[in-house]
Amino acid sequence: MKYKQKRMLKFIFIIAVVALAVFLYFNNSINLGLDLQGGSHIVLQAQPTEERPITNEVMTGIQSVIERRVNQLGLSEPVIQREGSDRIIVELPAIDNPNEAIETIGRTAVLTFRNSAGQVLLTGEYIKNATADYDQYGRPVVSFEMNNEGSDRFEEITSQYIGQKIGIYLDDELLTNPTVQDTISGRGQITGYESVEAAQKDAILIREGSLPVPVKVVESMTVGPTLGEISIQKSLIAGLIGLAFVAVYMMFYYRFPGVLAALVLIIYGILLMGTLAGLQATLTLPGIAGLILSIGMAVDANIIIFERIKDERKSGKTLRASIDAGFKRAYMTIIDANVTTIITALILAYFTSGTVRGFAVTLGIGVLVSMFTAFFITRNVIDLFTHSSLLQSDAAFGAKRR
Amino acid sequence: MMDILGKRKIWYTISITILAIGLLFLAINGLNFGIDFQGGTLLEFKFDQQVSNENVRNVLSDINIAVDSKIQQSNTQGIYGVLIRAKELTPQEISDVEEGLRDAYPSTEMLRTQMVGPVIGQELRTKALLALLIASIAIVLYISVRFEFRFAIVAIITLMHDVLITLGIFAILGKEINTAFIAALLTIIGYSINDTIVIFDRIRENMKLMHKTPFEQLANSAVIDTLPRSINTSLTTLITILAIYLFGGASIKIFMLALFIGMFAGTYSSIFVASPLLVTWTNKVKNK
Repeated sequence: MKYKQKRMLKFIFIIAVVALAVFLYFNNSINLGLDLQGGSHIVLQAQPTEERPITNEVMTGIQSVIERRVNQLGLSEPVIQREGSDRIIVELPAIDNPNEAIETIGRTAVLTFRNSAGQVLLTGEYIKNATADYDQYGRPVVSFEMNNEGSDRFEEITSQYIGQKIGIYLDDELLTNPTVQDTISGRGQITGYESVEAAQKDAILIREGSLPVPVKVVESMTVGPTLGEISIQKSLIAGLIGLAFVAVYMMFYYRFPGVLAALVLIIYGILLMGTLAGLQATLTLPGIAGLILSIGMAVDANIIIFERIKDERKSGKTLRASIDAGFKRAYMTIIDANVTTIITALILAYFTSGTVRGFAVTLGIGVLVSMFTAFFITRNVIDLFTHSSLLQSDAAFGAKRR
Repeated sequence: MMDILGKRKIWYTISITILAIGLLFLAINGLNFGIDFQGGTLLEFKFDQQVSNENVRNVLSDINIAVDSKIQQSNTQGIYGVLIRAKELTPQEISDVEEGLRDAYPSTEMLRTQMVGPVIGQELRTKALLALLIASIAIVLYISVRFEFRFAIVAIITLMHDVLITLGIFAILGKEINTAFIAALLTIIGYSINDTIVIFDRIRENMKLMHKTPFEQLANSAVIDTLPRSINTSLTTLITILAIYLFGGASIKIFMLALFIGMFAGTYSSIFVASPLLVTWTNKVKNK
């Protein structure tokens, strides 16, 4: 009776752990990295100018301008954060023309009005609003509006330059070069756009203002949604094929305990997904590799345990005694062997970034979960079957061979 | 009982030969560093028809980046892909390449774009080396505490053996060294140590149980006793890696190749390098 109660408890424990993992999995989400679902990762570095060194204020300015631009481009769930003293990281979801968007986001976008000698007459800082529009001939244009101070200045300048050309530049790109016909007050149009979309982009840049200093894209990575889909499908299939081979091998070599090991592997998979979801981890392609590797480590833990039990069996002990002694001796080995992997994963996670960190994190979590599985799940599953003839047989654990 | 450790001169010769060939190629060929380390731009596009390298080059020459660029076909499973490696491009230039291709071939679809500035590449190299160094020190400390100092040093020599063999084979094959490769190297370190420790653990146990037996003999029986585990574990791990290498996506292939070589070397070295070295060391100390 006591044994049966104990066995019931062990069974309940396993079910409870699995249920918790399933609960965590369905109540949280595992985020997919940009290499799996598509998207862009851009690192911008601020470039100091002679007038303006990089200060905290300058960086805050850049960040808010970039945030406004990204929002105006209509991108959902962007991540914009500072890194170090002079860098800003922008992460965007998969969009239609990511490379064009990156170009728009990173522009300094200083609007200037210059005379034919190239002298700057007025800058874009007085602009109150700018929108994409069509002019009376149906051509796409950017219509802009100045504030009161800007209007006064613009009036003064245009009255001075009647009959001459005033070029409108965005950074060093000449947008339009009209001849001033009459004195103009606070409103104007920039013509010469091929499409209203192109006008729309410049309108955003002009409206949301220029960056306080130029930024340089020092790193960018963009993955189209197609590649992500190909990768995740292929990796999943590859992982499953690998797992199936491992399960078949284990069953062939260790017989019934091998079947139990395959069952434990499935439970391990559920626990791992639950843990990753609970921690809201981000899964990248190298991350999947880390997971598959940790499956290897989980199998190894079972192999170490089975080999120990086999050795004890050979020395003539009963099954119960062999299992007890085998687990006891395997604990130390598994801990020593896995701690070094955890150390490596920790150091890797601390010193690297991006996809490699994703790999280290999943490997570390995977190894921890595999230790838990080996010590608590394998043990209890084996205990459930101690009286089964399938475990008692000489072929079990591969003890007959050699 | 098989006498594996008694034949250690043979194993040393095999390892030294492979290492020497690898190092020779490393010295002559050097390593083929990817853009993550050197800086540069990688662009991959997909079309619904074959687009020849010359046609792509024509588009690139319109933007004046054809001279420094390498173009490669990357067709897999009915996808007509083209891979372009260029110098470090500005976002404007990247956009221009995409637009230029789309104008010429309307089916153009961007699969991936990666641009790494030289500063980032340099940073990555420094960080990767630092991570390797610190991981090694941490591992030496851990093993010294749990085992003995000589075990730690032998373990480090063994993992350097595995890392050098992997690097050497990559130098021979001329395969690209990228960030994923560094992750693979670190995994190999973890695995190599893991494998070595399982055997060391048995040696440690035998030292307690059979303290009258000569070290060489008890170490040999430790290696033999753990042999089924070594074979089973490396087989199951190598099967998984091979499956991902064969069936997984192209972007993961280099990673898996490095893992395969490293894991293989790791299994070999834990049996045929680590334990023999421990015996050689112990005998040297005793004879003094």
